[in-house]
Amino acid sequence: MKKFWRNANSRLKVGMIMTFIFFFIGFVIYYIPHINPFTYNTYPEKLLPNSQHWLGTTSMGQDIMWLLIESIHNSLLIGLIVATIGTVVGVFVGLLAGFSGGAVDRVLTIVTDTFVVIPSLPILILMTSLMKGSSTVVLMALVLAMFAWAWPSRQIRSMALTMKERDFIHTAWFSGEGTVQVVVTEILPYALTWSLSNFMNATLSAIASESSLAVLGLSPANLISLGNMIQWARERNAIFAGQWFWIGSPIIATVLLFIGLFLLITGYNDYLSMKRGK
Amino acid sequence: MKFRKYLGLRLLTWALTIWIGVTFIFFIPRMFPSDPVENMIGQIQSRSGQMDPVQMETLRQSLRLQFGLEGSLLEQYATFLWRGLLHFDFGPSLMSYPTAAGEIISTYLPFTLSLSLTTTIIAWIVGNLIGLQAGFRKNKRSSKIMEGIAICIYPVPYFIIALLLQIIFAYLLGWFPLQSTINSLGGAGAFLSSLLKASILPAISLLLIGVGWWIISMKSLSGTTAEEDFVTFARYRGVPEPEIGKSYVFRNSILTQITALAMSLGGVFSGSIMTEIIFGYPGVGTLIQKAILQSDYNMILGCITISIVAISTATLIVDLIYPFIDPRIRYS
Repeated sequence: MKKFWRNANSRLKVGMIMTFIFFFIGFVIYYIPHINPFTYNTYPEKLLPNSQHWLGTTSMGQDIMWLLIESIHNSLLIGLIVATIGTVVGVFVGLLAGFSGGAVDRVLTIVTDTFVVIPSLPILILMTSLMKGSSTVVLMALVLAMFAWAWPSRQIRSMALTMKERDFIHTAWFSGEGTVQVVVTEILPYALTWSLSNFMNATLSAIASESSLAVLGLSPANLISLGNMIQWARERNAIFAGQWFWIGSPIIATVLLFIGLFLLITGYNDYLSMKRGK
Repeated sequence: MKFRKYLGLRLLTWALTIWIGVTFIFFIPRMFPSDPVENMIGQIQSRSGQMDPVQMETLRQSLRLQFGLEGSLLEQYATFLWRGLLHFDFGPSLMSYPTAAGEIISTYLPFTLSLSLTTTIIAWIVGNLIGLQAGFRKNKRSSKIMEGIAICIYPVPYFIIALLLQIIFAYLLGWFPLQSTINSLGGAGAFLSSLLKASILPAISLLLIGVGWWIISMKSLSGTTAEEDFVTFARYRGVPEPEIGKSYVFRNSILTQITALAMSLGGVFSGSIMTEIIFGYPGVGTLIQKAILQSDYNMILGCITISIVAISTATLIVDLIYPFIDPRIRYS
């Protein structure tokens, strides 16, 4: 760990710290017992920040800070679920295409390439507008995951193609290991370091898609996410009423979360290429 | 020969993308329990009170025909491909019945196309030029500052940049109207000036993110190209520095950037949908939002079909420019 930190570049360090803070808020502070922040009229309305409500309250008497903490939790959760599904499916499809070759590879590659270029937002809009009202967090995550597997799959396939010809894979083949064993013990560890940056990327784009859909009013109405929080503040005219903490805190949180994740991704990629000796 | 193979493969992917996309959007609504015809009859009933059952049945029949819901699933699919994909006929719009959805979309589409095409092209050119400078002269202070700014802007979702610009320039400073309105009645001069005024903020927010991305990617590309052996060799040969930048680093990195441009078009389109909605710019994005609010499925379906065709075609065009710039594909 110490050695890793010494070798890490500054982008990776800053990104890790920023992302860690968000995960700490979303998965540790979140579990401090608190009143459900969604309930209306829990506190007096439109309070400015004070010692009890660090970010004030909304026009519906909700505590903004707990609303923010809960929305960070949910946005991260959606991002992680989508990224996990996308990475697992993507790695599987990519390895299958790369190692089987022939007709299977050709069909899978065409389907993958199509999913890479297909505009996802319009299709997401169609699906979520049909589910309007009845959609849940899990359903939302599944719908978003439909577009999360293609890019990792493409990357893993091209990695698998170069891996196939490496010496240690040949050695494994000739020493009598089966296909499954070669894939699991020799290739997966390689694929996983590659997939980590895809995983973070998928997390980022899932959170972005969810919040875009929220601004269209298409995210589940009872889901406290960063996008929905911004959308609620816009709907209740927080801008015109000058309630800057209400509209401002989710915006700033989103901006910082995205910059942090982006620094983490690019920093990690630079770190990997440095480790490979470039 | 190589070019012909490239062209054939590209056309195949183009057709497949559109086909898979359109098949998706045909079958998805049919997996959900909501029926557009029953929805519409419900709307009509609530507006006009009770209806005669015979009259209602004929209305239902004619609506089913108009919405392409007659016959088996396969027949419906064939009609949808034939009418929707080849003639852009998506049936009547629910929110402004009986005007055809396709007709309404065609009045909104030019606004989206002009906004997103101009900003994409400007962002690509400006971002790549700055990125080239920043990558080629890596250790200059200005390069680092440029990259820092780009890193703070690019990862942020489009609608947040749009929202921030709206709060700062329209609400706090009051330089622009909060919602764009286009004056289409007062002659060409009034139309153009109102269009320009309505487009400035959306265009700036699209440009900021676009330029940010091209700076970041071009900087890392030209940075690695500048360290390649052939560049070092050119330096030893005494090729002047600007010439190295132009013919060695730029020409090699720009190839990747053309492919990247083709790949990014879908994202740019999504971004312009979101930006339009924030500013109320009268494009396809705003139309989609209106259609969602009023559950106008023909309109949503139409907008989405047209956007899939438009994005795939734009991607195809960019990819077809590629062989004219990369001599390795033209001659083999």
